[in-house]
Amino acid sequence: MKRKVKVLKIDLNKCMGCRACEVACAAFHANPKYSNVNPARARIHVFRNELKNVFVPVKSSFYTSAECAGRPVYFLDERPQSNYGDGISVCSFCGASCPSRDIFKEPDSGLPLKCDMCEDDPPLDKPMCAKWCLVDAITYEEREEEVEEEATPEEMDTGVQSLIDRYGWDKVLDAVYRLSKKG
Amino acid sequence: MRYAETGYFLEIDLSTGNIEKIQTDPQMTEMYLGGLGTNAKILWDRVSPEVQPFSSENILIFSGGLLVSTPAPAANRTIITSLSPQNSLFGFSIMGGYWAPELKFAGYDKIIVKGKAPDWVYIWVNNDKVEIRDARHLQGKSTYETAEAIREELNEPRAQVISIGLAGENRVFFASIETHRGSASRLGLGAVMGDKKLKAIAVRGTKDINVAKPYEFINECNKVLDYIQYRLNNPIPGVPPILAYIGSPQEMALHDEEWHLDSFAWGHARQRRKGFWNKEVEKRWADTMESVKKRLISCYNCPVRCAGIIEVPGYPTYILKCFTKLTYVMAAEVDDLDFGFQILSRAQHYGVDGFTAPQVMAFAIELYENGILTDSDMEGFPRDKKERFFWLLERIVRREGIGDVLADGVYWAARRIGRGAEAFDHNTIKKHEQVPIKLGMLNPIYYIMWSTGEKINITQIEGQIPQAPLPREIREQFVSDWIQIPTGKEERFKQFVLEWGEEGKVFPFWPPPDLVCELVEWQETMHYIDDSLGLCAGVSSFPIKPPYHIHNLPLFVSYGAGLDVDENELWKIATRVRNLVRANNIRRGLRRKDEKPPEDHWKKRFPDYEQKLMDEYYKYRGWNQDGIPTKETLKNLDLDYVYDDFVNRGILKDE
Repeated sequence: MKRKVKVLKIDLNKCMGCRACEVACAAFHANPKYSNVNPARARIHVFRNELKNVFVPVKSSFYTSAECAGRPVYFLDERPQSNYGDGISVCSFCGASCPSRDIFKEPDSGLPLKCDMCEDDPPLDKPMCAKWCLVDAITYEEREEEVEEEATPEEMDTGVQSLIDRYGWDKVLDAVYRLSKKG
Repeated sequence: MRYAETGYFLEIDLSTGNIEKIQTDPQMTEMYLGGLGTNAKILWDRVSPEVQPFSSENILIFSGGLLVSTPAPAANRTIITSLSPQNSLFGFSIMGGYWAPELKFAGYDKIIVKGKAPDWVYIWVNNDKVEIRDARHLQGKSTYETAEAIREELNEPRAQVISIGLAGENRVFFASIETHRGSASRLGLGAVMGDKKLKAIAVRGTKDINVAKPYEFINECNKVLDYIQYRLNNPIPGVPPILAYIGSPQEMALHDEEWHLDSFAWGHARQRRKGFWNKEVEKRWADTMESVKKRLISCYNCPVRCAGIIEVPGYPTYILKCFTKLTYVMAAEVDDLDFGFQILSRAQHYGVDGFTAPQVMAFAIELYENGILTDSDMEGFPRDKKERFFWLLERIVRREGIGDVLADGVYWAARRIGRGAEAFDHNTIKKHEQVPIKLGMLNPIYYIMWSTGEKINITQIEGQIPQAPLPREIREQFVSDWIQIPTGKEERFKQFVLEWGEEGKVFPFWPPPDLVCELVEWQETMHYIDDSLGLCAGVSSFPIKPPYHIHNLPLFVSYGAGLDVDENELWKIATRVRNLVRANNIRRGLRRKDEKPPEDHWKKRFPDYEQKLMDEYYKYRGWNQDGIPTKETLKNLDLDYVYDDFVNRGILKDE
């Protein structure tokens, strides 16, 4: 079956750390929409170190071991920076300590924030971060992908493994048990 | 609810260690917007004319502008205000970067610092938690090192830091305040920070900034972004490449430097070197630029990328933009750009003004070559031009030997040295070193701006219009989409560009005085709006055909801050701010006698005509013939309290 896949591609050569993506994201997700800005509420964050010439936008995602699990998101010198042969996802920038796990929390409540690609009605032509990134460090791609009807075992493994990494076997098993009871 | 602003100032007395969070009066915003405007009011209210720059009573204000931290692109300016150590006048210096947005997200529009700390401290603002912390271990550290050290010890990589280096610590009169992507350089406010023994201010904020009309506001932002994109893709034809784009002149991206190198003066603002720039030099300099530039970067929420990360082997990394690329090279009369990048690394880490410092050094070399400074003043002074500059810089920032004298800037150094040195003080206005420009024919517009600008610095009040007649064949096209002109002035200003350069329509008698006044007013007014809103001049008041202009700025203020202003009202507020800044200076003694460019600024001078121009401009501005705003002007601008003060002090007679 075909599925529409929405991807934010990040070109690390082009990012210069201006944080317009954070501004646009925070404004879009404000309630009411655009009524305020607070980059601490943004679902994208630029890790920046001017003197070391490092600028890496990271968007919030599921609580997997790495934000970009399985997605060819990061580009440097036009080459994707995720290597996922054999179902292994290795982001060469964040590795196991992907910051997306810890920073994306509502400053007030501490609840996790997740990128929703700026879902809107009527839909935006692209997510705000990509729209406001005039240097094209963040670009938006929609493509049709042939997908298996069922999730691949590797993807599920990655997701479950990260939950286990975070909470330990017992809690994850408890959760699975509780869910199974609910039917 | 407050919109665009936080509605709070942070007041810190370093003498007592007292820290207070003060709610502000919304009426102050209505009158002066924020940034420079409200800074001018606070300085007027709190700093009497008897106070000197290094008095404990002098205050140092670090402010965001009214629109800073809203989604408005490039609304990121930090506006710093105090008394300038160079001339004791109202000194305001502005920088980009990321600091002011962080301050507002922490919940403050300004930090007002008074008093003096007993020993080195820095301030750490983390939302509601504010501390004055020991900085003795940071003494002697460079501007950039200080910021890195503070982020590390606070374990907060997202903290934004402004700091001073050795120059500020030693109260060099042209010490800057630096952040990673910006520096507040002009008028020596780094020395005031050093005098207060304040090494740095670190801020981190995670609060909201609200806008009054969300959809309308974001819509205007989107339009500005579209226009930025359009202007980046469509340079203005018929003007030099570095004036054709937006942003600071794009000297990190472009390699054509003919305009600066041919029109500006080398050495101590002495001679132009027409013809220096050629294909061979361009190739060599472009190679140098590309080899040291790691990446082009922007300030907060701006796509324009005016700055470059500069990495020179053997020197600490730094961030650079604009004409400072050339100031040391030209002042030292060195023909290679590598030298510029090398000494700039040292200079920015020490924290000195990139316009003034090289001129002070070139001035010292001139005095040495003319026998006014001798080997006994300059023991061990090298022979090589480049080494001489490094030698002088090291001494100035430490105030060692002759460096102690030079650290006071050209005006005061000339008078301390004596022995005829005063005659070499030929490029200062109001005791402040000017851009090194020595031209042939009087430019009537710049004559007025140089003389009367309260920024005491031409590059920060000019903009909007081409600097020379456009080629005839493109004039029609130029005026066809010139949407930035104020309402009611369209025909006059377009006609000015269309006719400029025709028979009899050249400097100095064209444009005529009335048009000179209007053009100067337009240029200045746009800067005063930016500096109060915290917008970068590079996308607003400085370039030709900027994305922000008098027609969309009132919308940003209305939709953003919830103030109901139209074009006329915004113009009036900017005029009020402009006059209040001037009033601060008038109260501190500024008069017409001070309002003149250097004698040799233009080879051809027209004393009678210059006087006429100045008369007309003062009149147009509503100032009396001594440059003092009149009763009528002050009352019309709701500055009655200024008038009362002027009368009390005998500056104006009660009518």
